[in-house]
Formats: sequence, C-alpha cells, structure tokens
Amino acid sequence: MNSGANISGSIRRRLTLQLLGIAAVLAALLFVMVMTYAKQVAEESQDNILSASATSILDSAAIQSGEVTVDIPYSALSMLGNVSDDRVFYRVVVNGKYLTGYESLPIAKASKGQDSHRFITSHYLGESIRMVSATRRLSNASGPVEVTVSVAQTLKRQRETLERISANAAYLGFGFFIAAAVLGVLTAQSAVRPVQTLANSISKRGPQDLRAVQAPVPGEMAPLVVALNRFMARLKKSLTRSEEFIAEAAHRIRTPLAVLRTQAEIALRRVERPENRAALKEMIRAIDESSRAAGQLLDHAMVSFRTDHLEVKDINLLDLAEETLERLRPLAEMQDKTLSSHGEEPPQISGDAILIQNALSNILDNAIKYAPQGEDVQVIVTSEDNWVVLSVYDQGPGFAPEDIDQLTERFSRGKNAEDTVGSGLGLTIAEEVTQAHGGHLKLSNRTNVRGACVSFYFPQS
Amino acid sequence: MRILLFPSVLIVLLASLLSASAYEIEQHKVFPAPQEGANLRIISNSDIDIFSPMVVAFQRKYPSVSIDYTVVSSTELMTALFDEKQVFDVAISSAMDLQVKLANDGFTLPHNSSAAGLMPDWARWRNHVFAFTQEPASVVYSKSAFAGLEVPTSRQNLISTLRNHPERFLDKVGTYDIRQSGLGFLFATQDARTSDTFWRLNEVMGSLNARLYCCSADMISDITKGDLAVAYNVLGSYASARAASDPDIGILELEDFTTLMLRSAIIPAGAEQPEIAGAFIDHLITASWSEEGADYYPYPKLNRNEIAPNLSLRAIRLGPGLLVYQDNLKRQHFLQEWQNAIIQQ
Repeated sequence: MNSGANISGSIRRRLTLQLLGIAAVLAALLFVMVMTYAKQVAEESQDNILSASATSILDSAAIQSGEVTVDIPYSALSMLGNVSDDRVFYRVVVNGKYLTGYESLPIAKASKGQDSHRFITSHYLGESIRMVSATRRLSNASGPVEVTVSVAQTLKRQRETLERISANAAYLGFGFFIAAAVLGVLTAQSAVRPVQTLANSISKRGPQDLRAVQAPVPGEMAPLVVALNRFMARLKKSLTRSEEFIAEAAHRIRTPLAVLRTQAEIALRRVERPENRAALKEMIRAIDESSRAAGQLLDHAMVSFRTDHLEVKDINLLDLAEETLERLRPLAEMQDKTLSSHGEEPPQISGDAILIQNALSNILDNAIKYAPQGEDVQVIVTSEDNWVVLSVYDQGPGFAPEDIDQLTERFSRGKNAEDTVGSGLGLTIAEEVTQAHGGHLKLSNRTNVRGACVSFYFPQS
Repeated sequence: MRILLFPSVLIVLLASLLSASAYEIEQHKVFPAPQEGANLRIISNSDIDIFSPMVVAFQRKYPSVSIDYTVVSSTELMTALFDEKQVFDVAISSAMDLQVKLANDGFTLPHNSSAAGLMPDWARWRNHVFAFTQEPASVVYSKSAFAGLEVPTSRQNLISTLRNHPERFLDKVGTYDIRQSGLGFLFATQDARTSDTFWRLNEVMGSLNARLYCCSADMISDITKGDLAVAYNVLGSYASARAASDPDIGILELEDFTTLMLRSAIIPAGAEQPEIAGAFIDHLITASWSEEGADYYPYPKLNRNEIAPNLSLRAIRLGPGLLVYQDNLKRQHFLQEWQNAIIQQ
C-alpha cells in the first residue's frame, strides 16, 4: 500500500512519542513536587517538636543561689520519644560555658534575624541530626546571663517517612505516567484516524471512479481533500478529453479508410502483375487492420463512456448471443466458419445490452479471426452458482499460457497472434464491460481439444 | 621524639586496661559448651541462680557456644561499658535508663531481629534495646513484724503505719541506696515522677533510720533473718522466689501505683560475637514473648498490653525520656534531695 510513497516519519508515532515524553516529564515533576513537599512537612514537624522540647528545657532554667541551674522536664525528652525512635541529644550552655548534656554537639551559629530558634542539620556520633538551639536571658546579681539550650534528634524517622512517601510517590508518578501514556496512544490513534479513513475510501475505489470525496473530514484535512478533489476533477476532465479525442480521431479515420479500401480493391482487379497484386493485397490487409483498430478504439471509447452511465434492463443472455451471432454470420460464412449457440434457458441478468453485445462481438470477431478455415465457433450459456456464464469457444491456437494474465490490458496482443490483424483492445473491452456489470472475465484454453475459451461471468439479477 | 614515645604510651595504656578492671564483679560463671566453639561474654545484673535456665536453654539450641556470665550491679555495668569500654557481647540490665543511655549515645550495635515481630513495639527501643521481662517494684515485708497491724495497701497507708509505729520499725526499714544501684535510682526517679508521696515516704523512712542496700537479694535476706521488717521497691520477681520457701515473707503490690520495670538486653558496640549475641537476644525474645519458654523462663509471665488492665501498674516506657534523670545536673539534684530526705542523722 505504501509502495511508491516517499515516507518520512509518522504523525502517529511522533504524536505518541511527544505525548509519552510530556507524560514522563509531568510524572517526574509530580514525583519531585510530592517529595519536596513531603520533605518540607517532615522537616517542619520535626522542627516543631524539637522547638517545643528546647523551649520547655529553657523554661526550666532558673537561678538558684547565684548559679544557673536547669531542671530538664521529663516531658522535654519523652515527647521526642513519643513520635519517633530517634536518638536524642541536648546541651545546655550558659554564657558560652558548657553546663550539662552532650558537650560536643555542633554549635549553631547565631542567626542574624530575630528568630529565637535556630535550626541546623549536622552530624553527631556518626549520624545525621537535626538540631534546634534556643537562647534566653536571665538576670543574675552580677548581670545578665545567656542560657542556650540545644536539642537534637537523629533523622531516622524522617528518612523512613520520606522513604515511605517516596515509594508511594513513585507509584503515583508511575500510575500517572501509565494512564497518560494509554490516553496519549489513544489520542494519537484517533488523531490520525480521519487520514486513514480517507486513504481507505480512496484506495477502495475502482479505477474509473474519479468522483469528488464527499465524506465529512476534519477542518485540518479540508485543504488536502479540496486539493484531491480538484486534482481528480482535472484528471477526469483530461481523461474524458483524451477519450473524446481518440473517438473523434478513430471516427474520422474510418471513413477515409473505407474509401481507401474500396479503391484498393478496384485497383487489385485491374492490375495483372503478381508483384503489384501482392503489394495491393498487403495494402488491403493493412487498411483492414487500421480500420479494425479504429473500430475497436471507438468501441472502447463507447464502453468507457457507457460504463459510467449504464442503461440497465433485464437481459436474456442466450437471446442476446443468438442475435449477435446472427449479425456476424455473413462474415463467418465468407471464411467458411460455423457460428452456433447452445444453452438452457438461463436466468435473467440485468445489464446494458448494447455494451454486452459490443463486448461479445469483439470476442467473436477475435474467435472468427483466429479459428482455422472450416472450423466452428460455439457460444454456450450456462449458470454456475450465482453467475450466468457466457463462454465463447474457438478452435484456434489458444492463448499462450504465459500471456493469459496480461491479455486484457490495453493494446496487448498474444505472442501467437503476431501474424493476424488486431489491435489488442477486444479483450480489454470485454473485461471492462463485465466489470462494469459486477462480473469478471476468465480466459482459458480448452482441455482435450485445440482452442481457446473466453467466459463472461455476470451476476444473476 | 613523639614518634618514639607513642608505642610506649600505647603499651602503658594497654597494660592498664588489661590489669585493672575497675568495675566490681559480684559473680562469675562459665557455662562450658558441650561442643567446641565460640565464646559468648555476657555482662548482666541478673543473678546466676535465676538466669541460668535461660542460658542452659540457649546452649541446647546452640551446643557449640560456651557462655561466660559476669554478674555486676547495674551501675558497675555502666562503668564497664560506658567508661571502661570493656568487651562484652551481650549486656543485660534492669536499669532501663542506663540501657537507653548506652543505646542513645552510640554504645550499642543494632540487631535486626527476626523474632522482633513477637514482641510489642513498646518492649523495644530502636533495634538496639530489647526487653524480655516485666517486673514490678514491690513492698516486701515480714508477716511477723506486721503482726497485729493492718497490712498497708498504698503508700499513704504505709506512711501512716510507719509513722504510727516508730518503735516497731526503727532501723528495720530498708530500701535501695540509689547512689549505688542503677535500678534503685530508676525506681526512685519514676516514683518521684509519679507522685509526691514518694518524698514523704522517704522522709518517714529517713526518720526511722532506714537501711540502704545495693540489691534486692540482700534486702530479702535481711527480711528472712528478721533484720528488716519492710523493704520498699524490691524486685517482686526475686521476692516471690524466696516467699515460696519462707512463709513469713509477704509481697505487696501497692494499689496507688506499682512501677513495672522491663529488663532488657543490648549488644555493646565492642562485641566480638555480634551474630551469636543477636541469636542470644532472639532466644530471650522468643523465650519471653512466645509460648516457647514456658518451661525455663524464670520471670513472671508477661502482659502484652502496654496499659495493664489494672491501672495501678505503670510500665516504664523505653525511650529518650529516660535520659532526663541521667543528666548530670538533674541526677545530682535528685540524689541531693533524696539524701536530704533519707539520711537524717
């Protein structure tokens, strides 16, 4: 189907890939956003509880007999244990001097802002920790003292939470991608469906069908369809014109040819010298050939025209065959050939009688021409399944088997017919006529006896 | 110069480590393996008599493991591991706060136990501390010493009984010396956290010239001998073993609240056999939290619910809250206050 087309890419594939790409980017974006948000929430909730813990320790700081003392509330550390299994560290520093807790905890740099709580993420005892530091001023007899409480927690729970969310977010992103991918593939398919529909409807057409495309198409395809319709209209016009031209030419040639032939025959009677007679006979033969060709061209033009506008009526093929034979009998008898038709009363077919007669007479003409002197040409009408079959049998040389498929092409002549007058249009006409009636033409050689057989298959009406 | 000095410093250091183990060993026993194999070193504050069925059961499962069992007090256990970095494969202690402190401060190895599914979440902390008993802090008394008196059912009752009969109880009241005993300190801090009556009780005991002990076993012995009439915060599990043989011993679980301690096991960071240690901990877990240990588990049956149906039972929670009383300042303040209450001479 694509033979001959210069293909570069595919709209559907490109569309599908682009949609898949977009889906992948969006899924990745979704994953990153969920993770960023989750991390923020997890950090915030850990920061909040660390703050609460540090604040409650700071609140317990007091001055007793001139010394700063801190009475860590049980809840300050147990609250951290309530939400997670993480390790907990703390330190209390007074005026920069270590008071209690884990002395080597990292130091949070004083923040420039007014925030009373400073958060850092750092390392302690081989684990990542989140630490908050809070400071409060107390007044001593000797002046103000600054108490700084730091509370730190390892990040195990935060990591676990993030891992869990990360797994879920990955499933979510993957699911989103799959759904978007399926929809993308469907979308791409539905986007190119009108193109396929159009291509199918055009490729299903018969060779003669050059009508404009009427089926509705999407707006984007309108220019294509308009261009196609215009192109087909032009093609049809130029085909018609050339057919008309051929018919006209054939018609104009036929009459002078007839005159020429008469003159040549008269001349033949008059001349005596054998070499002149031979030349004249050769001339008559050539004139006959040209005249036949012109006749067949005319017939073909007529067939081409009428197949577009069939005048359909019920036909009895046996009667039609007998009528045609009757007309050709004089020609046959001149060559000492017998024409006969047999057959039971066949079912009716509906068709254009003039066309069928024309086709039949072209075939009979061939048969008469190729049959040896004194032999018979038979027409037999039978019915076979739903077909009515009209077969013409001759006793000529038959078809060369290697030709059988090409013989119905225009101007094609069999290898074994080179010495006989003919244009090669007879079988073409017969085939076009049967096809116009929804049938087909079958060429074969007779079995057992010499001769060819041409069968017209017409559907029963 | 410095380079030359370094090895000699190292030798001195090693020598000091090898020669002087500053922590005090109370009991020591080797359970030889029926077959040749690895050696598992356990440091524990559980008496050999009580704990050995667990060890024997373990050796039935792993006949090639010989076990070296060292009994120390819970504070000595802390000294050995925290200060002296002694090498042990498993540390078992009833001082939950010290166990949690060791785990929190990075002195333990994690153990991803296949048996952990058997135990409730509250019975372990991280994958470091695994509890395998629940033991109440009880009041143990001599029935003869209380003859004619109503047996107290709460701390209030106990306070008034003691206060009203100083002649009977003078010099005959005992409790933990929380300066020596980690478990005593844990019980005391948890009591103080729960109720003010703890301080009043301490003051009354102080006024009766209370005797201070390192361990439950000694208090129980003194009660059987008649030296003590009543002992406060004694491990009920030890006492019930004695009560079976001595009908004079009475055990009280006070109704206002009774603290439940969880005995737990950890794998110290320097363990040489962490895998066998893990297997041993799994053995403890299955023995305690499944039906398997029914015939050799020497402690009271466990209750899976964190909140006991009896609301007066208060289980101590494993977790960073236990670090609070391990804070130097807080600990010193608490000890000071306790001494002020109980030592009144």
